[in-house]
Amino acid sequence: MKGMTLIVKTITRLLLGFIFVFSVSIILFGHITPGGGFAGGVMLACVFILLVLAFGKKTALDIVSEKAISIWDSVGSLSFLEIALLGFFGGFFFKDFFSKGSPLKLFSGGTILWSNISIGIKVFASLFAAFMALAIFRVRRER
Amino acid sequence: MVPYILCMILFLIGVYGIIAKKNLIKIVIGMVIIEYAVNLILILVGYRSGGAAPIITSIEGASREASTFVDPLPQALIVTSIVIGLSVTVLAIVLCLRLYEKYGTLDILHIRRLRG
Amino acid sequence: MILLYGLLIFMIIGAVIAIETKDLLSSVISVGAMGLALSIVFLLLSAPDLAIVQVVVEVLALIMMLRLVVTREDVTVAHRYRYGEVFATTIGLIFFGVFIVFASIVFKEMPEFGNPLLRVSRQYITEGFDISHAANIVTAILLEFRAYDTLGEATVIFAAIVGALVILRGKGRNI
Repeated sequence: MKGMTLIVKTITRLLLGFIFVFSVSIILFGHITPGGGFAGGVMLACVFILLVLAFGKKTALDIVSEKAISIWDSVGSLSFLEIALLGFFGGFFFKDFFSKGSPLKLFSGGTILWSNISIGIKVFASLFAAFMALAIFRVRRER
Repeated sequence: MVPYILCMILFLIGVYGIIAKKNLIKIVIGMVIIEYAVNLILILVGYRSGGAAPIITSIEGASREASTFVDPLPQALIVTSIVIGLSVTVLAIVLCLRLYEKYGTLDILHIRRLRG
Repeated sequence: MILLYGLLIFMIIGAVIAIETKDLLSSVISVGAMGLALSIVFLLLSAPDLAIVQVVVEVLALIMMLRLVVTREDVTVAHRYRYGEVFATTIGLIFFGVFIVFASIVFKEMPEFGNPLLRVSRQYITEGFDISHAANIVTAILLEFRAYDTLGEATVIFAAIVGALVILRGKGRNI
């Protein structure tokens, strides 16, 4: 797969950074504004899927390899479980052990910010892995 | 009452697609339509007429704002449900691709006939 | 309210087209139109979190379904009426009528549209901001009060994606 035409490549090169920054902002501000880990994670996966569609899968696999995808997937789910397990220091599973901070600021809400980040990484890695598997898969007719 | 009935019609169209259609892509589409209808009916149950979105914008007026919120619990459940629906759809699509590779068709009658 | 009813009827028409049309490509595209209408409905029902998630998920699902459709050489469904199909459609329509009658009896017992019960979530609404210090109540419920649900949800996504990767593996192994 060689990728698409020059117009698509140029527009993608211009837009990709903005979409990336927007998705990271949706993940980080999920506890103040609408959004959160799920929406930001799917949007982050869409950034790399746009890269695959415009430039072909070889370019995208140079940036995020298969090994890196599986590592990110494990990091996301394990860090969410880690946040849950660290609550045992305060008494029970999923105890909010962080300082609450002042409301309506970025560092507020205890563990919600860190849970959002780990969920975002997890959703991004899972969906991008599924898309890459679909893109690499070729239908072979067994006749 | 009327929005519930419209949602139920949407659900039934999805059920019809799963039962009566012979093509695997149509069956996947029926699954997606059923998922939409179920998400929508849960949100409709939690809606308060004239209600505001459950996001607090100022610290002083928090309790005054909170008296006009819609029900946030179904929304929190549906956010997870939408993403689960996407991954289940991906799983169904992958199964269809494998079946197409194996049998060369997506018609379930031919797939059933080629068994054995 | 007129806009809500209009969007719901638009979704029903889109569903009928998606199920009944012969061209698979246009049926997938009408599913995409349904999803975008659904996100506007979520926005009207004051659920902006859901609207964002639904738009993005719809785009991704549309790309993946197009991947499935483009695989085939012929993108239309072979259509032929037979006696059995007409019989099955008639029985199905009768069943749907019965189902809607019973469902309307059930919907009379449910809370009226616009007046939710708020029995469980009253505590979340009134005390959630003081307990969790998160301004978005939906995220506070998702990751603070009901974090077990989210953990189980992450497990379900992991299982579904691993299942997809196993099915798409290059060489089949004899079990």
